[in-house]
Amino acid sequence: MLIALRKRILVKNIQTRVIEYFMKHKADIADPSRRQFLKDTAVLGGISIAPGVFLYGGDAQADSVNSPRSEAVTDEKRWGMLVDTNQCVEGCDACVKACSDEHGIESFGRPEQDTQWIRKLTAKDKTTGYTVSLPMMCQHCESPPCVDVCPTGASFRRADGIVLVDPHTCIGCRYCMLACPYKARSFVHENLTDQLPHAPRGKGCVESCTMCVHKIDAGIETTACAEACKSDGHQAIIFGDLKDPKSAISLRLKQFGATQIRSDLNLNTGVRYQGI
Amino acid sequence: MKTIRYQSVSSDSKAFWIFVATLVMILLVGVGAASYMEHEGHWVTGMTNSVVWGMPHVFAIFLIVAASGALNVASISSVFGKTAYKPLSRLSGLLAVALLVGGLMVLVLDLGRPDRLIEAMTYYNFKSIFAWNIFLYTGFLVIVAVYLWMMFERRMNQYTKPAAYVAFIWRLILTTGTGSIFGFLVARQGYDAAVMAPLFIIMSFSFGTAFFILFVAAVYKAANRPLGDFILFKLKNLLGVFVAAVFYFVFVQNLTNLYATEHHDFQNFILLEGGVYTILFWLGQILVGTILPLLLFFLPRFSHSYRATIVGSLFVLLGAFAQLYVIVIGGQAYPLVLFPGMDVSSSFFDGVVHSYIPSLYEILLGLGGVAVALLVAVIGIAVLDFLPESLEDAVIDPHYSPEI
Amino acid sequence: MKEFNTYICLLLLGCVLTFDVFAEEKIGPILPPAKGEQCVEPTDIMREIHYEFILHHRDVTVHDGIRTAKHSLKNCINCHIQKDKNGVYPRADSAEHFCAACHLFTSVEIDCFSCHADRPEEAYTSKEHTNPSN
Repeated sequence: MLIALRKRILVKNIQTRVIEYFMKHKADIADPSRRQFLKDTAVLGGISIAPGVFLYGGDAQADSVNSPRSEAVTDEKRWGMLVDTNQCVEGCDACVKACSDEHGIESFGRPEQDTQWIRKLTAKDKTTGYTVSLPMMCQHCESPPCVDVCPTGASFRRADGIVLVDPHTCIGCRYCMLACPYKARSFVHENLTDQLPHAPRGKGCVESCTMCVHKIDAGIETTACAEACKSDGHQAIIFGDLKDPKSAISLRLKQFGATQIRSDLNLNTGVRYQGI
Repeated sequence: MKTIRYQSVSSDSKAFWIFVATLVMILLVGVGAASYMEHEGHWVTGMTNSVVWGMPHVFAIFLIVAASGALNVASISSVFGKTAYKPLSRLSGLLAVALLVGGLMVLVLDLGRPDRLIEAMTYYNFKSIFAWNIFLYTGFLVIVAVYLWMMFERRMNQYTKPAAYVAFIWRLILTTGTGSIFGFLVARQGYDAAVMAPLFIIMSFSFGTAFFILFVAAVYKAANRPLGDFILFKLKNLLGVFVAAVFYFVFVQNLTNLYATEHHDFQNFILLEGGVYTILFWLGQILVGTILPLLLFFLPRFSHSYRATIVGSLFVLLGAFAQLYVIVIGGQAYPLVLFPGMDVSSSFFDGVVHSYIPSLYEILLGLGGVAVALLVAVIGIAVLDFLPESLEDAVIDPHYSPEI
Repeated sequence: MKEFNTYICLLLLGCVLTFDVFAEEKIGPILPPAKGEQCVEPTDIMREIHYEFILHHRDVTVHDGIRTAKHSLKNCINCHIQKDKNGVYPRADSAEHFCAACHLFTSVEIDCFSCHADRPEEAYTSKEHTNPSN
């Protein structure tokens, strides 16, 4: 046990130094001021060194999917996302495609009834003409209206802040879809086949962005959309632990601040936006 | 008032059985439509990810709201002591149960997973008004059944009053719950208003009384029993007051929204530029549902006309449908406002008015619910002694004096 | 007439008893073999209460995030659903599918596979997405 613990600490140290080196010499960060910021903040726990792979506990050699959570999740962490709309490109939908691929979501050619867990939204100020493009998904509120209104309690907020629908209890009444201020939820209107093993979904239930909970529970602490945005070179989405003051997302939030959409509703969302 | 004799309606006539058979056919077609929607999935309906509640819910909410209001007549006599209405108390209870059963059937059959009904009745999230409504609706059925028993059984008549009080308070809570389904939705421009609960209460008074009048008139004509002007016009005047009260609440809601700049776009949508919703509001809800009935009920040349009462009541029901369509569908068609002051667009229909075209299956399911309600009512009056033998003035009117 | 009725009854009884006497093999579904030697729980326990493991585990997975392999449905499928003699994974509506084999025989309807994948994870490694033939 002690050996494993030491190994873990060693691995984390190596990782931190590798990331520092990587960040110092990464040439393709567009914004020079951001490069400076990243150079200055040496502690970058929580960033993966390669998309999809994160050194998390256990054997460094092992495939990270083999360390599934064995104890109940606690509120020690609160997962959240930060969207930098200045980096988000209008017309790019890498995040949307990645989410669909990750969860086996397909279009049936009926756009008004097709499931969309994440969507690209364009907003243009009527007076000034200022246009902003951003991804919109479930905001994983701290006080979710969808959880309040669900009659069976199928819509719930997990201890680590992820808002989910328990598809075993959902009766498909769609009241949560009415209640959500962000239109985040979709109803499955047809029989589905060929679902992916890690993303069960079916007709008659309501569903929405799960913040890739299947990845998080396997120790891969990132989301498909954040990864896709990064690999596409935009880095508009940062995912991380909001309760960890040293995580990249917390540091960014503290330094530059961010806005909650529909903040007047006082829902304390887990997803926040910069640049709107 | 003379002693009232209650008598079940004779089921000997062929017309009775043809009517019942027709209702059963409509019910079967409705259930078949629901079965198809459940088997294929809701893609066969007009409901989408933007307009999630459609025609079935318009029907269901109408039936549930009318059910609560149908008990009004019994409440007025037992709770408020207006003995003139007492003969109709039993029927009032029956209609309340019948309409509620119809509404609940439509609601349950529209669920994405109606096979999970047992789950819905065992897992509860008590912060949800929907969860409370499940108790309120099923409890209402039990309470009205008990109330009816008190009225039917002679030695239990002494307990009619307490049962009536319980039923009255229960239905106020129930209808508040129904209105709060919409009133508690903070996200939507068209809902999120405390006025929705009292609006639904007064709507229930109006819709329930209108349905009651039409049912009594139809049944007494079909069963060849006398229906006097006294009781009919008393009900008509009551309905007129309720229609005016509904208008007051609608007026206050719209006035408040018109004052707040935040709500101007939504008001513009409903009152001016909403297409079908604007037409339904002004022509359906205001003209046919409010102005015409008030004229038919209170203008001197119509105020003592049987036909005017019937037509007026029918108009009230048509206006009721229009009003519920505007509330339920119109409130969803108007897009959520995520970025005030900005033009928004996306692949998920943000920022645009959402279209909704009811499918045949939804309408058939709704009609199936109406058929169930009528079936329960018609079979009820034929099996048990719900209906007074006569409602003529000599029997009902306490101040009756025969004209010489 | 009375004797005729008696004879018919005796005949029917005889048929039933004969059937019972000669049907020595258990009448039941033919279950396809699984990967490995032993299930995570003893066979007789699984036969009786496998659904309890599944039902309990799904709650702790969804609500608590516990994804241990032992009672996970995904893992059951990984072991129990193997390629048939044609090299194809059986689907949940065919009698060659481990779960469906019993459930079709007993007519106990399950709707797990209206949402869950009915094939093991290795069937999806190529990240294929077959379009449904709606």
